[in-house]
Amino acid sequence: MRIMAQMAMVMNLDKCIGCHTCSVTCKQAWTNRKGTEYVWFNNVETRPGQGYPRGYEDQEKWQGGWALSRNGRLKLKAGGKLKKLASIFSNPKLPGIEDYYEPWSYEYDNLLSAPEQKHIPTAPPKSLLTGERMDIKWSGNWDDDLGGTYAKADLDPMLKSIGDKVKLEFEETFMFYLPRICEHCLNPSCVASCPSGAIYKREEDGIVLVDQDSCRGWRMCISGCPYKKIYFNHRTGKAEKCTFCYPRIENGEPTVCAETCVGRLRYIGLVFYDADKVTEAASVPDEKDLFAAQKDLILDPHDPDVMDAAERAGIPHDWIMAAQRSPVYKLIKEYDLALPLHPEYRTMPMVWYIPPLSPVVDVVKDTGYDAENAVNLFAAIDELRIPIEYLANLFTAGDTDVVADVLRRMAAMRAFMRDINMGIEPDVRIPHAVGMTPESMEEMYRLLAIAKYDERYVIPAGHSEQAHSLEGIGTDCPLNADGGPGMNEMPDVASRGFAGTSGMSDPLAERSAEDEGERSHLRGRLNLLNWDGKGRPTGLFPTVDGPAGA
Amino acid sequence: MNSPTVLETFLWVIIPYMALAVFILGHIWRFRRDRFGWTTRSSQIYESKLLRIGSPLFHYGIIFVFLGHVVGLVIPKSWTAAVGITDHMYHFMAITIGLGAAAATVGGLVLLIYRRRTNNRVFGATTRLDKLMYLMLSVVILAGVYSTIFDSALGGYDYREGVSVWFRQFWAFQPDIALMSTAPIGFQVHVLAAILIFALWPFTRLVHVFAAPLGYLTRPYIIYRSKDRQRQPQRRGWETIDY
Repeated sequence: MRIMAQMAMVMNLDKCIGCHTCSVTCKQAWTNRKGTEYVWFNNVETRPGQGYPRGYEDQEKWQGGWALSRNGRLKLKAGGKLKKLASIFSNPKLPGIEDYYEPWSYEYDNLLSAPEQKHIPTAPPKSLLTGERMDIKWSGNWDDDLGGTYAKADLDPMLKSIGDKVKLEFEETFMFYLPRICEHCLNPSCVASCPSGAIYKREEDGIVLVDQDSCRGWRMCISGCPYKKIYFNHRTGKAEKCTFCYPRIENGEPTVCAETCVGRLRYIGLVFYDADKVTEAASVPDEKDLFAAQKDLILDPHDPDVMDAAERAGIPHDWIMAAQRSPVYKLIKEYDLALPLHPEYRTMPMVWYIPPLSPVVDVVKDTGYDAENAVNLFAAIDELRIPIEYLANLFTAGDTDVVADVLRRMAAMRAFMRDINMGIEPDVRIPHAVGMTPESMEEMYRLLAIAKYDERYVIPAGHSEQAHSLEGIGTDCPLNADGGPGMNEMPDVASRGFAGTSGMSDPLAERSAEDEGERSHLRGRLNLLNWDGKGRPTGLFPTVDGPAGA
Repeated sequence: MNSPTVLETFLWVIIPYMALAVFILGHIWRFRRDRFGWTTRSSQIYESKLLRIGSPLFHYGIIFVFLGHVVGLVIPKSWTAAVGITDHMYHFMAITIGLGAAAATVGGLVLLIYRRRTNNRVFGATTRLDKLMYLMLSVVILAGVYSTIFDSALGGYDYREGVSVWFRQFWAFQPDIALMSTAPIGFQVHVLAAILIFALWPFTRLVHVFAAPLGYLTRPYIIYRSKDRQRQPQRRGWETIDY
């Protein structure tokens, strides 16, 4: 057993109103640079819809992710290493800019510099790639709120397997929003596709990052990722991706998209998994078993054996505590609500989703029945095959039973809590009908509906840096601590001491100019405790010009 | 034999060795100072249809051209003769394989330059250094094709007794200037332009040649890295007791 910690996210789609605040704040934080105009580390898709880039889920076309070879072994869907290298001069599956959109701005200057004239000046759009005027034909969110009904036919790849029945009933049936970031997979196919070995999974928290100094722009990761969440910076010629806001995570803060989510629908926390079992779990023959296999990978942080193994694997104690409080673990394993996006890609994605109940509620409400009544909702879940099949295509590789179970739990919670809030005696049969107790259902309600900040985000701060300064203090003379007589002798630790353990400061880094300034009043002083008695220490006697540094 | 003129010494001794120095030091400098800029700067995202044909054509062509140069320049004529390869056999191989590779390279290059010039997105991402590099590459390749056909195949000049010998002497720091100064003009242009492009190399996107990801074949698929750059093996004398 090789236990690793993974920072994971759950999004409760029932609460997403599609406001795009996450996308905008993410863009402001990370991709408001030249070369990344079209890059959305976080985007929100209206589903049914084509997604971004257009139709990215059609893996028969894009060949992203993993597949099983004829002898049942896991291999990259686009082909093995030799094939990748052979096609390195022209990646056959690379999306073009037109699959995203041509980024543009407007000639705002026209509005300001136009002379006095009869007609109001305009600001025509111009391409940010060529600088020429252009017609806007598509963008990152062109089919927003259309629910897959845009233009000719339904181009959503996830609708194909549902077939003709959709076309008749579809428009009235349902629509919901799907915010997407990088999945920070346990078995990332982008990492496996990178010829340079520039993409890596961090040992400490499982965040997948691109080493910008090692990336050589071979573009294989872009086609390798089935979620198309690696983007090509067309200015630097390097791959870029969602960083899970690692500088914030290391400080115990949630990602920008989560922090700014007005619906408070994102949850961040740790899960432990057994890294030695990942390949095996990703290789199960039946696609519909992948969800269960992925769920089984996640270990119970309360299990003494797991705690012991985690300790031995070098996972700090407070991280184990955080894993035990993890809302992500609860939503995946205790309440059985969260589902992975497209487990059939076999990448073991670590951004999970609670499927939306709202399409079901809306239908019940529209028919005039009580949409808070458990019996009505249960019946509707059994009846509404199309939304459930669609959700199953997204989250369980087509297994509708799992999705229906999740929705029943949410429906039960809705009905059960309605009674409590109305002051009516709650019906304990409702939680029992979905395999829960009244107490656990109230806890689940608290996590989902009240969703307090510190319950949504249980993020232990990063450790390696702290460990270092602590080690420095532990092995050095105590007189070298801040304010002590030896503080000038230990530049690494001295000036920072315990203060240096907060946040991300690196005690081994070179002293900054700022620190030098703080210390300048000590220059010229002498610490005889550190004098070995040989020679004449500088500063023992004043220099002719007066004290040094004065 | 006449002693070489100043110009000849300049062309076939000073410039080549200066180019070599720039090539080596330039790469070291670039690797240390600008690893971030060490990329292919692919433009495939802008345009794929022409690239899909042109780029593999050019790159596979140039790889064969390179291998041909290794054979032609590095292996002395006496060695191939010793293993029983006659001049006729050698030239037949060189001309057929060489011309095939040359056709692919030139065809690819023409397509890529056409693409770069006519596609506004690609042209917009083209730097001045790129243009200079394309010009130099074209001169080198065209001069090489010209001299192979007209000087070597049709003209009777045996580069294996001329340019190739000079090339090996160059690495032994004993270049015979006369071997180059008496070579046909096509070869002279080819060699000189090549030398200049080697001097230009470290400062262009050509550095991506030295990023060829052959290590991919042997590494495991998934890479883990610790964020702790400072994590080092235990210091001597501080090893913990293994209870």
